[in-house]
Amino acid sequence: MRLQTPEKTVTFTFDGRRIKAVPGEPLSAALLANGIKLVARSFKYHRPRGVMSAGSEEQNALVTVGHGAQAEPNVRATTLEVSEGLEVSSQNAWPSLRYDALAVNDLVSPFLAAGFYYKTFMWPRSFWEKLYEPVIRRAAGLGGLSGETNPDTYEKAFAFCDVLVIGAGPAGLMAALTAGRAGADVIIADEDTEMGGRLLREREQIDGKDARAWVADALAELDALPNVRCMTRTTVTGAYDQGTYGALERLAGARAADKPVECFWRIVAKRAILCAGALERPIAFPNNDRPGIMMASAVRAYVNRWGVAPGKAVAVFGNNDDAHRTAHDLAEVGIKVAAVIDSRDDAKVSGDYPLYTGAQVIATKGRHGLKSITIRHNGGTRTIQADCLAMSGGWNPTVHLTCHMNGRPTWREEIASFVPTPDSIPGMVTAGACNGTFSTVACLTEGADVAADVARDLGLKPQTTVPAADDAAYAITPLWAVPGKGRKWIDFQNDVHVKDIRLAAQENFRSVEHMKRYTTQGMAPDQGKSSNVVALAVLADATGRGIPETGTTTFRPPYVPVSIAAMGAGSQGKGFAPERFTTSHQASIACDAPMIEAGLWYRPSYFPQKGETHWRQSCDREVGYVRNAVGVCDVSTLGKIDIQGPDAAALLDFVYTNMFSTLKVGRVRYGLMLREDGHVMDDGTTARLGAQHFVMTTTTAAAGLVMRHLEFVLQVLRPDLDAKIISVTEQWAQFAVAGPQARALLNTVLDQPLDDETWPFMACGAVDVAGVRGRLFRISFSGEHAYEVAVPARYGESLFRMLVAQAEVMGGGPYGMEALNVLRIEKGFITHAEIHGRTTAFDIGMGRMVSAKKDCIGKAAAARPGLSGEMRQQLVGLRAKSPDHGLSAGAHLFAKDAAETRVNSQGYVTSACFSPTLQTHLALGFVENGRARHGEVIKLRDHLRDITEEVEVCDPVFFDPTGGRARG
Amino acid sequence: MRITCPNCGPRDRREFYYQGDALALDRPAEDAGLEAWDDYLHNRENPAGDTADLWFHEAGCGAWLVVERNTVTHAVHKATLAEKAKR
Repeated sequence: MRLQTPEKTVTFTFDGRRIKAVPGEPLSAALLANGIKLVARSFKYHRPRGVMSAGSEEQNALVTVGHGAQAEPNVRATTLEVSEGLEVSSQNAWPSLRYDALAVNDLVSPFLAAGFYYKTFMWPRSFWEKLYEPVIRRAAGLGGLSGETNPDTYEKAFAFCDVLVIGAGPAGLMAALTAGRAGADVIIADEDTEMGGRLLREREQIDGKDARAWVADALAELDALPNVRCMTRTTVTGAYDQGTYGALERLAGARAADKPVECFWRIVAKRAILCAGALERPIAFPNNDRPGIMMASAVRAYVNRWGVAPGKAVAVFGNNDDAHRTAHDLAEVGIKVAAVIDSRDDAKVSGDYPLYTGAQVIATKGRHGLKSITIRHNGGTRTIQADCLAMSGGWNPTVHLTCHMNGRPTWREEIASFVPTPDSIPGMVTAGACNGTFSTVACLTEGADVAADVARDLGLKPQTTVPAADDAAYAITPLWAVPGKGRKWIDFQNDVHVKDIRLAAQENFRSVEHMKRYTTQGMAPDQGKSSNVVALAVLADATGRGIPETGTTTFRPPYVPVSIAAMGAGSQGKGFAPERFTTSHQASIACDAPMIEAGLWYRPSYFPQKGETHWRQSCDREVGYVRNAVGVCDVSTLGKIDIQGPDAAALLDFVYTNMFSTLKVGRVRYGLMLREDGHVMDDGTTARLGAQHFVMTTTTAAAGLVMRHLEFVLQVLRPDLDAKIISVTEQWAQFAVAGPQARALLNTVLDQPLDDETWPFMACGAVDVAGVRGRLFRISFSGEHAYEVAVPARYGESLFRMLVAQAEVMGGGPYGMEALNVLRIEKGFITHAEIHGRTTAFDIGMGRMVSAKKDCIGKAAAARPGLSGEMRQQLVGLRAKSPDHGLSAGAHLFAKDAAETRVNSQGYVTSACFSPTLQTHLALGFVENGRARHGEVIKLRDHLRDITEEVEVCDPVFFDPTGGRARG
Repeated sequence: MRITCPNCGPRDRREFYYQGDALALDRPAEDAGLEAWDDYLHNRENPAGDTADLWFHEAGCGAWLVVERNTVTHAVHKATLAEKAKR
């Protein structure tokens, strides 16, 4: 029921029913205004539940918003803003919210006590997956996901400030004003749609005016300060190291395709002031979970802030002075106060309504909505008609963030609750209700004082003026659970009641952390915000220990549920794996070349021609180009590191196993690089362009790794070396031109023709390519007469097109990764398939490349016993005994007659291909003592692909073993 | 977690690559013997308290840093350039 007729309304649907609401009000207010009390079904027993709170701590009223891929489950009705067309449905109920079949769980509840799963679903083991899991999953739970890809947009953002004020109630606003006026760079964040916190919900005066008017003035002043940033709808979810805070911002308004739904912030603050307020806790009495039973402060909030009466006749049950405010405010707007039940004998009369002191609620009635309550008073009982019960078990300061870095809160007897322990989070101080300071004027004062201290710490000169305000005392006599029979709910979200906690204690789960896991109290989205203190008070009573000794469970981030989509915003698809394209990318795509990933790079797999129906046809043809005419391949993705300085050669001597200081200017050398543990890290060629100038190439995959490694060597291991390095991978486009016609092809684009005398094998130097200064390296990864020509990247595409056009004239053309792989296997050249991190220089037959004349990375460790010798699996070639039978990488190798079991494995295959040059299937692999076994026939077995083949062990260089073709 | 890079100032830990214990600074001589190399390569303390390790400001200035921090409190005491560290 609404107290006034709203000026503007929107229409939304709840389970298909069209309902009018005030735009922007929380869904919970809209439902209550329309007399809808039954909103949800509980997690385990499917009990009917209604709205309980008016904030993010809501345990009961969880709903699903939207439908299909955009459906979002477990949204708290108390924080969901109503907009036109909003689509809301109830969850965890079938066939309907009102008639839920699984409510039968509630009838058999005596058998479903805490620990039921642990005791019952133990055996037989095979029942777990087929029966227990599916049944439990179906029976218990909250809302479900659609299983479809969520099309919504999420964002992440970073912010920096001097002072982060968390919460914008009286203490937070005063803190932001004080720090902001002093000139600090302030961010004030509050999870509500409007700032003001409790002041928006109470009837009181500040500075001689209505509290809400004071809030409006304060916000206007903050808005006008350029150094203050106000963030509403932003929940600070976690406190992390070095002043980093996580925050979730919900963006206002309806969902739209072009607008993010949520933004996850990382806020770095020099100082933080926690003004998170306090949460009211329930009292455990029998059937205290009926729709219509709410927190007393929430009833006040609906009446005072949203003009909604949660009931026609409201009873109030509390153990503290604050509960009386609810009765007072209800009476003020003309809502009937059926009774005030105060458990304290000395409670004072607060208004013109029936007051029962020393009384307790012992029963409630009304399955789908409260109808009446029964109280115990003066030794007798009395039934009172009420459709809403406002309860207050006192206030729990919101200490959560102070516990995120292992801090433990301190028990304060006079308010019967925990308060933050100072200095729990470096750089964070606390003020106001979260600190156990409850009156408005005390909150304002503490907010101002704490902010002034912080500002002075930052070298500013703050001034504090605190307005006059309400100074009501807060007196409480704890009442946790009403004695007597019946289920008295503590954790409404997880369906945990008093008896469950007593059972945990009885079964010796006496530590609060054990009790939590045994009963599930404090789990799930609300993380025990409302239930924790009550639960541990009951546990303390059951174990005979005091509450401070019992302690709390650990509050961990996030304070409210954060969707993974928000936390991972920007890290999906291309945000997760950006694409790197070579300069020839468009030209390759234009040839219909399928692209394959190489790290983040995309490289052409092969270049199909008309009539080719299988990639092998294209690949074999491209291999033929290189062996018989000329092929062109983009090799720009290989890492290129420019190394300069007087000690450049000394650096290379230290990182490569072989000697580079002896390399002549204008020459290239193959280098092998080890990790410090003696295993091969990477290989590649390095060219000496000048006495103090080298260009190193790395494999595509290891480019970043090698760069980091070289910096490590220069800065950490050998700061004595005077050399500088920089990656130039993206600055140069580089193409392999390989085959008998390579020189003839290059001479069509080079300004000066090449000859063998000035450009022998492994020569390098500057050249002019169609008028552009470039570099030429006579190196070969195919075993053919070959070059790599490099030009500044901006000329890459045009050079590629020129080279391909000329190659085609000469009976050749472009070749892709498949052909490149075949060419190198035919020559026994290794890639990271062979140097996969567990092989040594000895294993790959390069033991002699480790120079005896100098130290190098990995040299000492490579000499350790076990890293060389006969027992090592050594690189070999493998030739199929039946030439047309395919071999497979990943297959294991066995002695010819051995059983194909793990213990008999003598090695494995790393690379395999069909060689069109040799017309047979070939492979590279590692076999125990392999170099001594050339000529032996062994067995290849691939259990995954079901391949068994006989193969002959041979030298890994299958083709042109003397290397004459590359030199000629 | 934030690390104050001597070149760039305080930065988010996502900009840094973590290597491991700063004892990597003290590389043994080639002939130091198996035991010394075993310690250097493999054996690490697992302190509950102060520790020093190497971080690379990979998404920043490219400096290798010796970061002194506490594994219990997560306090970062100091970050210095590895280049200038005492060996």
